[in-house]
Amino acid sequence: MSDTVTTTTTAPVRAGAPPIPARRGALLWHSLALARRNLAKIRRNPVSIGDAVLAPVLFLVVFVYMFGGAVGGSTHAYLQRTLPAILVLSAIMAGMIATGVNLSIDIKKGIFDRFRSLPIGRSAPLIGSVLADVVRYLVAVATVFVVGFLMGFRVQTSPLAALAAAGVTIAFGMALSWVWVLLAMVIRETTLVQTIVSLSIFPLAFGTDMVAPVDTLPGWLQAWARVNPIEHTMAASRGLLVGGDTAVPVVESLLWSIGLVAVFAPAAVVAYRRRT
Amino acid sequence: MGNVFEAEGLVKRFGRTTALAGIDLAAAPGSVLGVLGPNGAGKTTAVRILATLLAPDEGRATVAGHDVVRDAPRVRELIGLTGQYASVDEDLTALENLVLIGQLLNLRRREARPRARQLLARFGLGEVAGRKVATFSGGMRRRLDLAASMIGNPAVVYLDEPTTGLDPGKRGDVWRMIRAMTRDGGAVLLTTQYLEEADALADDIVVIDQGRVIAHGTAAQLKALVGGHTIEVRPADPTRLADVITVLGTVAGHRAETPRRDVATVQVDGDGALDETVRRLRAAGIGVAELALRLPSLDEVFFALTGHGAQRPDESGTSKEDAA
Repeated sequence: MSDTVTTTTTAPVRAGAPPIPARRGALLWHSLALARRNLAKIRRNPVSIGDAVLAPVLFLVVFVYMFGGAVGGSTHAYLQRTLPAILVLSAIMAGMIATGVNLSIDIKKGIFDRFRSLPIGRSAPLIGSVLADVVRYLVAVATVFVVGFLMGFRVQTSPLAALAAAGVTIAFGMALSWVWVLLAMVIRETTLVQTIVSLSIFPLAFGTDMVAPVDTLPGWLQAWARVNPIEHTMAASRGLLVGGDTAVPVVESLLWSIGLVAVFAPAAVVAYRRRT
Repeated sequence: MGNVFEAEGLVKRFGRTTALAGIDLAAAPGSVLGVLGPNGAGKTTAVRILATLLAPDEGRATVAGHDVVRDAPRVRELIGLTGQYASVDEDLTALENLVLIGQLLNLRRREARPRARQLLARFGLGEVAGRKVATFSGGMRRRLDLAASMIGNPAVVYLDEPTTGLDPGKRGDVWRMIRAMTRDGGAVLLTTQYLEEADALADDIVVIDQGRVIAHGTAAQLKALVGGHTIEVRPADPTRLADVITVLGTVAGHRAETPRRDVATVQVDGDGALDETVRRLRAAGIGVAELALRLPSLDEVFFALTGHGAQRPDESGTSKEDAA
């Protein structure tokens, strides 16, 4: 009724106006927006994915030319059997340190406080981080194929099967990265996260038949290799790239991927919520 | 009209440390509440509870009637937060930072961009929208931070020490922008260590110490508690300090203090006291190296409120427990 009331109500934008209603699949949109943030960081600083190129090159050169003659009889024969395993090793390495360590550094910065104060799913920043690392897996996988080709590796199956090998490998790498996300949430010291992640590569990647056939390993290591999820993924990759038993290891690898996400993603989100 | 946010009896402990020992806070729409206190007083803890980042051990807090613990998702739609350290991404441009936050607030990209540009212009960053934040000065970052907290048209904005670490000259810019933030009817909760800042911005000031509210009022009311202004004199000849103390004691009607070597200070009520001090110093033939009339500092307000004032013998017996 009074003039003063009218002035306030005609203000163009009211603070605390009803928020924009959430879109369908808001969590996915928010995660993608946050993944784009990480991708912009990579684009501005391409050197940050240099390790995803260098590590695969080093693995191929070192393993093939050092062990090839001794273990495989010839470097060429050895390349055929070990490249599928190096594909998996490279993908895992490309994700493990980046995801765990980068997130551990990132979460300490002020911007994570802002993310927490926004009406987004608590899991969105973590999913965004895991999604953005797909770029790293793609770079690592592409490097293995290109350098492997130059060294003489040839896919024995079909291009489609080779794509499937890349897919199974990347899916497994992403699923496993939730373990590193959980570590980054639980452990506050970034250097400790880095140490644990770096050291776990040994039992995970080398407790397999990547370097030498499983039959030549001691019994206890054979037992570990048979349950090691990475061994299943390496077998799947080998089947898809050079032939042999394929269906069983592919299914085992995919089941492991689903299982890892089912257990570690919720655990990481809970740890993130608890962290103050 | 009701309050935009209200906190009652907030208690928060971290292990054996009690960060908040039961504080009440509230602000009306369109007003600025200043929370004033030294480092470690519990200011940031209070902001983090109101921003849903931390759950209180006791007490409750609401934003527009929504409980910050039980209705946290709803509260997050109503608040904007600018943390103590710039909460923007250094590797992104100013525009990208704001667009990202807009998208997280459910704006589409094509809606978020004009909104971001409009806010960047309003906060004096229109020219540098496409520059990486890493190249920004401290003042520019703080302004970007303020703009970021405004994207969702929040009902309340929390600013945790928005000018700490800025050059005094740059502070004025940020102040001007904070004042404009309430013009759409939003409330602002501002924490600060500087009385001057609370004075310039806050409609209402709560002084906290060791997790407790020790005073609540307008800037004028708080200053009245301390007793107006302080006159500070440094005689040209240090041996005349005793004479200066006598002169200041006569002017103010109570004992002058010597907080630093060769300097005497006394608290006075009116600004007429400065003229009288000058007159009496001249009459006594005391040469002056420095002479100043100052507003009370936070230290002085704080000393007055807690009774820690070592230079106030009459209050030295007052313990913290009494003040609380």
